[in-house]
Amino acid sequence: MALTREQMAQRVARELKDGFYVNLGIGIPTLVANYVPADMDVMLQSENGLLGMGEFPTESTIDADMINAGKQTVTARRGASIFDSAQSFAMIRGGHVDLTVLGAFEVDVEGNIASWMIPGKLVKGMGGAMDLVAGAENIIVTMTHASKDGESKLLPRCSLPLTGAGCIRKVLTDLAYLEIEDGAFILRETAPGVSVEEIIEKTAGKLIVPDDVKEMTF
Amino acid sequence: MAGLDKRVATYEQALEGLTDNMTVLAGGFGLCGIPENLIAEIKRRGVKGLTVVSNNCGVDGFGLGVLLEDRQIRKMIASYVGENAEFERQLLSGELDVELTPQGTLAEKMRAGGAGIPAFYTATGYGTPVADGKEVREFKGRKYILEESITGDFAIVKGWKADHYGNVVYRNTAQNFNPLAATAGKITVVEVEEIVEPGVLLPSEIHTPGIFVDRVIVGTFEKRIEKRTVKA
Repeated sequence: MALTREQMAQRVARELKDGFYVNLGIGIPTLVANYVPADMDVMLQSENGLLGMGEFPTESTIDADMINAGKQTVTARRGASIFDSAQSFAMIRGGHVDLTVLGAFEVDVEGNIASWMIPGKLVKGMGGAMDLVAGAENIIVTMTHASKDGESKLLPRCSLPLTGAGCIRKVLTDLAYLEIEDGAFILRETAPGVSVEEIIEKTAGKLIVPDDVKEMTF
Repeated sequence: MAGLDKRVATYEQALEGLTDNMTVLAGGFGLCGIPENLIAEIKRRGVKGLTVVSNNCGVDGFGLGVLLEDRQIRKMIASYVGENAEFERQLLSGELDVELTPQGTLAEKMRAGGAGIPAFYTATGYGTPVADGKEVREFKGRKYILEESITGDFAIVKGWKADHYGNVVYRNTAQNFNPLAATAGKITVVEVEEIVEPGVLLPSEIHTPGIFVDRVIVGTFEKRIEKRTVKA
C-alpha cells in the first residue's frame, strides 16, 4: 500500500537528530512537526524570520503578527528568536540548517529538482525554495512517485524549469525511500506491501536495486 | 519634521514627492507587517507606472493588491505572487511586467542596496531560469551567479514603535523585509502603531537606527490574517 501523507511524515521524522535546526516546506513536510520524538528537541526554522516555530495558536492566543512561511498563524515556542529576512536567509543560504524537507514536481538522476513552475499553468513564483536547495547539505524531497495518470516523476531529466541543479540526494515517495548517486536512483526502502516491480515500473530514470533493500515498518 | 525629528502629521506629508514611474520598496510578508496606510495613500494619490519591490503583492482588495486595481503598478519584483487573481490576470495579459526573484536573493538585494554593495554572488538560482543572462563565477569549485542590488526612490515600512529620531522596533514576524527596505529607500517612510518619547526604546534594542529613516507617522492598522489557523 502506498504511504499516506502521515506515514511519509513519520518516515521523514526518523531522520531527525536531537538538537537539529529544521526547515519544513509547505504540504507534507509541515506534518513532520507532529512526529518529532518525545525525547528529542528540534528547532523549526520558518523562512519569514522565526526560529522556533511552535504549535498553532488557540482562538485566544491568535496573533496577526506571528505567522509561518505558509502564512498560517502560529506561536513561538520556548527558546525562539525572531529576525529579519536577510538574517533568515543567512541561516538558510549559509548552510546552518541541519535538515531541509520540501516537495517537488520532478526529480532526476543528476539530483536536479523542479518544484516551482509549470509553464503556462503555474507561474506563482519560487519563494524561498531556490535558496533552500542551494544552501542545504541535508535535503529530503517528499513527493508522490508518479502522477495520477501513472507518469513517473523520478526522471532521467527534469522537463520542468529547475528549482536547483545537482542538489538532491534523498527522496521519499509514497512508494519508496531512494538515494541519488552517480547518475542513478538507488532504492533503499520500499513502502509496506509495495513491490519492487511496481517501483521499477514507475521510475523512468535509471534505478539500481541493491540486494539489501528493506521494507519500511510503521 | 525638523533636523533629527522625523515625525510627520499626515499621510499626505508622509509620501510627499512620490511621482509617476518611481521605484517603491515595501516591507511585509504576505499580509504580515505590510504598510497598509502608506499603500492606501499611494492609491489615493493615483501615481502610476510604479516599479514595486516586495516579497508578495497582497491579496485581491488588500495590501499591494489594491494598487493593481487602478493599474498603478507597471512592474513587480517579488518572490511569490500566488494569492491574487487580479495579479495573475494582469500577468498573463502582459499588462504587468513581473520579475520573480528568489526570496533570499530579494532580501539580500535590499540589504546590499542599502549597504552600498552594488552586486553580490549567490548560488541560489544557478542552473535555473533565474540565472539566464547573468554572469557566472566559480568560487572554491562551486558556481555562483552575479545579482545586482536594489534601491528605491521610496521605501514604505511598517514598524511597531518608533521614537522621534526614527529609531524603529518591529513586532514578531511583522519584521520580515521591513528592516531591509528601510535601509534601501532614498526616502524611507515608516508607519508605526505608536510613537514613543526618546529614551523609551533602549539603544541596544533598536532594530532600525534612525539614520535610515526620513519620516515617521503613527497610524491604526487592520492587520488582516491571511490564513487563520488554530489548534485542532
